[in-house]
Amino acid sequence: MAEAAKIQIDKTDGGLAALIKKSADETRSPEDTVLVWPHLVFVELISILFATVVLLFLSVVSPAPLEELAGADTTPNPTKAPWYFLGLQELLVFFDPWLAGVVLPSMIIVGLIIIPYVDPNPKGKGYYSFSERKFSMIGFSFGLALWYILIVIGVWFRGLDWSWYWPWSDWSIHMSVTAVKLVDLEFLIQDFFKMGADPVITLGRYAITSANIITWVFFLGYFAVGFTIPFLFLRSFYNKLGFIRYNLVMFFFLSMCGVPLKMFLRLAANIKYVLVTPWFKI
Amino acid sequence: MINKIWALITGTQVFRSIFRHGYPSNDANRALVMFSNVLLHLHPVRVRRGALKIRFTWCLGGLTFFFFILLAITGVFLMFYYVPDTRRAYNDIKDLGTVVYFGNLFRNMHRWSAHAMVLSVWLHMTRVFFTGSYKPPREFNWVVGVILLVLTLVLSWTGYLLPWDQLAFWAVTVGSKMAEATPFIGSAGPFGPELGMGPENDIRFLLLGGTMVGQSALLRFYVLHCLGLPLIAAIFMAVHFWRIRKDGFSGPL
Repeated sequence: MAEAAKIQIDKTDGGLAALIKKSADETRSPEDTVLVWPHLVFVELISILFATVVLLFLSVVSPAPLEELAGADTTPNPTKAPWYFLGLQELLVFFDPWLAGVVLPSMIIVGLIIIPYVDPNPKGKGYYSFSERKFSMIGFSFGLALWYILIVIGVWFRGLDWSWYWPWSDWSIHMSVTAVKLVDLEFLIQDFFKMGADPVITLGRYAITSANIITWVFFLGYFAVGFTIPFLFLRSFYNKLGFIRYNLVMFFFLSMCGVPLKMFLRLAANIKYVLVTPWFKI
Repeated sequence: MINKIWALITGTQVFRSIFRHGYPSNDANRALVMFSNVLLHLHPVRVRRGALKIRFTWCLGGLTFFFFILLAITGVFLMFYYVPDTRRAYNDIKDLGTVVYFGNLFRNMHRWSAHAMVLSVWLHMTRVFFTGSYKPPREFNWVVGVILLVLTLVLSWTGYLLPWDQLAFWAVTVGSKMAEATPFIGSAGPFGPELGMGPENDIRFLLLGGTMVGQSALLRFYVLHCLGLPLIAAIFMAVHFWRIRKDGFSGPL
């Protein structure tokens, strides 16, 4: 088909087809491509041999651990998941299990899956580039950094009782825990504005106080403001993505940013939950 | 003399039926080897020079596949000496270190390959993102890659329980506690109890085959680790590689 089309152009265009053919020849010329055997096959062989040597070396110097026989009656302290899940386990300090162990990992997976469908930028395909795709590079690297930092903390800085241990701390004694009183955002607001603790509305088990309504406003407001600011002030960003892609990107991006934000609120202001309902707490 | 014997061997009907062309020392045979060898035909005959740069791919996808093969080989060896029975699993692992020839080496290789595969699959994904190689027409292959990444983690995690020591038992106990917290289908998750989820019918029960990590859990994890998940991963890998082959490298023109 392509050949036929080219020949047709040749009759009418006066030289354009020759140019197309020349560029096509150049990209397919023997100078630009090489035979897979030996050029690629040998690179693969060498990398495989190198990996085998490294693995053999590690296997000899660092054998697989084997602890005591499994028993439900003695719980080790701390109980750690495999290293690749320790980032998620570290999140348990800041979030309830349904978020840290189920919803956030699921959102990571779904967020990764939709990446090719929400990135309409045709540039930066097939080569390393930062300047041509700044937002996607920053967003992805941010998530990646968060993932690896949490794993490093979980592996090397968490000891007995999941307390913070420095590499030079004595890991065999319990850290003296300074009693930090964690408090829900709801009660901070209630105290600050001297609000009543009586429910304004009651929905079954859910007794909604005015402070609770304000936490909802804060929580939903975080997303509302986050969705609105780029729409108002970076309209070209919105226009490039379109309605559906924009909302998907912003939802996952803001959720990702919400994770360190909640961690910051916990560490800086001792806030346990920002939003409390009888069924779930965030 | 050696050349003559070699010519005699390679000239036989049997040899010719296995290898249909000579050693790939000239361009014709270098092309033929890609057509006639089932393993090599994952490759095209020629690639663009840019796609060969180590600093472009870092060989990470290929290495991940190699770790998978290594895990399959060492894993089959370990299966000969291991019975997924809570009464003897731990001792079988102990025997690998004391009784079985090369038992320690195979176990250690299996463990390090598993760590390496998790790491290389992450790094491979990072590389593919940084080079924008997920962009059209390769969107769906990125999705297949994410599925393979999840399968790698689940494979590694199911293997973690098999030694049946304290490390294994409690890591999986902690992990399965998470399953309990799944919204709607976990007994301790949001809206779980409202939907009638209890310890005996929720997602954790399905995962462990019981209310705690015991014999059923060990058997389930063993079957998934040795049979179910590798099979699923192999199917997705076939799709992954086939699509790379059809779409070509995303390297610069």
